[in-house]
Amino acid sequence: MATTATTTLDKNLWKGGVEPMRASYGKLMMWFFLISDTFTFSALLVSYGLVRFSFPSYVGKAADFVSSNTYWPIPEKIFDAFPFFHGVALPLVFVGLMTFILIFSSVTMVLAVEAGHRMDRANVEKYMLWTILGGATFLGCQAWEWTHFINGTDTGTIMEQIVDGVKVKQTIFGANLAQNQYGPAAFADFFFFITGFHGTHVLSGVLLNILIFYRAAFGAYDRRGHYEMVEKVGLYWHFVDLVWVFVFTFFYLV
Amino acid sequence: MSVVATSTIVDAHVEEVHEHHEEQNFWKKYVFSEDHKTIAKQYMITGIFWAVIGIAMSVVFRLQLGFPGINLSWLKPVLGRWITETGTLDPNFYLALVTMHGTIMVFFVLTAGLSGTFSNFLIPLQIGARDMASGFLNMLGFWFFALSSVVMFISLFLHTGPAAGGWVIYPPLSALPQAHMGSEMGMTLWLSSMALFIISSLLGGINYITTVINLRTRGMTFSRLPLTIWAFFITAVLGLISFPVLFSAALLLIFDRHFGTSFYLSEIYINGEALPNMGGSPILFQHLFWFLGHPEVYIVLLPALGMTSEIIATNARKPIFGYRAMIASLLGIAFLAFVVWAHHMFVTGMNPFLGSIFMFLTLIIAVPSAVKAFNYITTLWRGNIIFTPAMLFSIGLVSLFVSGGVTGIILGNSALDIQLHDTYFVVAHFHIVMGAASAFGFFAGIYHWFPKMFGRMMNNSMGQIHFWATFIGVYLIFYPMHYIGIAGFPRRYYQFTTYDFAKSYTNLNMFVTIAAIFTFAAQFIFLWNFFYSMFKGKTAPLNPWRSNTLEWTTPVVPGHGNWVGEIPAVYRWPYDYSKPGAAEDFIPQTVPYSATPESNLPHETALIAEEKELGEINLNDQFRTAH
Repeated sequence: MATTATTTLDKNLWKGGVEPMRASYGKLMMWFFLISDTFTFSALLVSYGLVRFSFPSYVGKAADFVSSNTYWPIPEKIFDAFPFFHGVALPLVFVGLMTFILIFSSVTMVLAVEAGHRMDRANVEKYMLWTILGGATFLGCQAWEWTHFINGTDTGTIMEQIVDGVKVKQTIFGANLAQNQYGPAAFADFFFFITGFHGTHVLSGVLLNILIFYRAAFGAYDRRGHYEMVEKVGLYWHFVDLVWVFVFTFFYLV
Repeated sequence: MSVVATSTIVDAHVEEVHEHHEEQNFWKKYVFSEDHKTIAKQYMITGIFWAVIGIAMSVVFRLQLGFPGINLSWLKPVLGRWITETGTLDPNFYLALVTMHGTIMVFFVLTAGLSGTFSNFLIPLQIGARDMASGFLNMLGFWFFALSSVVMFISLFLHTGPAAGGWVIYPPLSALPQAHMGSEMGMTLWLSSMALFIISSLLGGINYITTVINLRTRGMTFSRLPLTIWAFFITAVLGLISFPVLFSAALLLIFDRHFGTSFYLSEIYINGEALPNMGGSPILFQHLFWFLGHPEVYIVLLPALGMTSEIIATNARKPIFGYRAMIASLLGIAFLAFVVWAHHMFVTGMNPFLGSIFMFLTLIIAVPSAVKAFNYITTLWRGNIIFTPAMLFSIGLVSLFVSGGVTGIILGNSALDIQLHDTYFVVAHFHIVMGAASAFGFFAGIYHWFPKMFGRMMNNSMGQIHFWATFIGVYLIFYPMHYIGIAGFPRRYYQFTTYDFAKSYTNLNMFVTIAAIFTFAAQFIFLWNFFYSMFKGKTAPLNPWRSNTLEWTTPVVPGHGNWVGEIPAVYRWPYDYSKPGAAEDFIPQTVPYSATPESNLPHETALIAEEKELGEINLNDQFRTAH
């Protein structure tokens, strides 16, 4: 009986009266929202690329690299700090760890969704908690990285720039939106904007995850008969992780 | 035969009207409504409100263009300080008027007003759904739009005036508050308003797309969707992937304005002082803006083309010519919309080779556009045409689409564009092909679906007068503009009479201004007709245009949930007009092939076997069980 119904359905999947691909409208909406958001991030990354390649690259040996606002810095020379290892150059180690944590939280999210399919409330709770923890840790790491970036190195960089309409040479420590010690202003501008925009997404993802965890823990999805909400928020979470992979690639690796 | 079938269905339903709906309170019913029909009307009224303001603005700056230095002191009660001591229009406010006219008409009237109204109203009714996929998000979408409207409206009353850098808000003009008074608070509010607007369009868009995919009634395959729905669907996809880019662009601009970043700013002096900004690119903004800006043209136009397809087929009493070609051309236009944006930027110093690529891609748009134009004409060919006001406006749209499209081919040539860029030729081109054509679609839609919206008919004679006045008026305004533009009259100039050669434009400009006033005045016929008919019009019959689509199978004024009883199934495409052998000249989509053996084609007879099976599946009716 059930099988006949299914085959009829499959045959008539696009003929109306049914949900094509058995995707609920909520899930479809999430997908289309993500497509839209893809373009938001793409626009930012394309802008980054355009400005970045309008600057000359550093020429010379990487070992001799010094920051200047006349060429684009080498990212691994800039992002080489690690908490409690002051003065040790550990290129991209910290951001690598952040990336690992975020991707690992995607794995736990998959496990939560899978547990949801089995209507296994305990496991949904467990893996949602891990996911929340992963997201929060990522945000914490980002806060540290920003703080370090803003405060800068001990020595700073001497740069020539225009202050109140006059060209002056001065030592700059750290970074803000108008100037930074690492390279052209646009370098920090895009760093703050793109990682900040991504971080905002992670933050809202964590808040959504907490909401879902809370609802699952109080049995709302058991009463509803399915854990689709976990799946929908899961889609968002994977998307945020995927975006980070691109941000990481374009900002830290290239 | 078919008519009998429909009316019996309807009769059976009349007795059970509103059996399971408790009355909603005023706020829930009219203000924070989640009903797609109410939301559509909210969009429509807001759109009309903005249209009146936007067009009135254009008349004010047309007065200055037609009669440079004209004494406008009679406008002092409205415009106050913006009329100078000598009674002329303040040049700064002239720039603000041009900017706000563009912004209002493009975004608030022809995007939210047109798409918001008809996508909301027609998608559920024509695909056979109780409502949008998410009524709540739909309501939220409208209220974000309302909020963005309020912000933009407030900006009109600022001491420093609203944004004045052109609707395209190119930096550095828009990025530096000290550049012009319009770049101060006015620009800040403009950007805030647009950010809200983009959220609204996103909420609307995901709803439209999802509803079309998931909530079609049984039998409503994609190849049986009315072309209106195809157009709304594709429009929503366009908006979904182009507006976020404007969102990014606007956010970056906000940072440049308020937080000292240099995304769009580079080596710049202002008032003799060097600014610290370095390394940004104003051209970057133009790329981002036009990546939205060009698809936006089609976001505005496609819904109008979709409704026109429906109205022309209905009133020519003929199937639409080339249904699949119409869909393919919609898809083609939508795709090409994303790869032509740089044709707005031929004079930005881009590589001429790149220019020739964008020129090539731009000119290809002529192909799907021509497919549409010819399909409209061939649909009209030897039809039993009924000249309702909606039909007149649809035919008017086709005329405008052709004459405006032809000048598009001229402008798409990068070599010609260097001469014509930023002249009135461009203004004439896009006002005809996108502005007036879409406005005609809007009018056509209102005249055609007014009976379904309000259960009353609009006055036919007033509609006819309105059409002819508008049609003639639009050509009188925009045709001469081409010549002014070819002669070199630039856009966005308060006055262009300093040199002797420029005096030759005066007569034509005067003529255009008078035509604009005439056309603006003619719109009040429509406004009167619209509001009068809403309350006092003749009561509408069930299917006044003898149309095939599903919305005419609902009660005269559909209640919450649209259909009383079960949602009807769909058995055929929506264009069975004047089918050989059929008793009537139309067969609604709800009539099964098994009921029309006399007119079935062989492959349709073969479909009868499936019909019973199709009628049985219905998992989507969200109101099927009492709620």
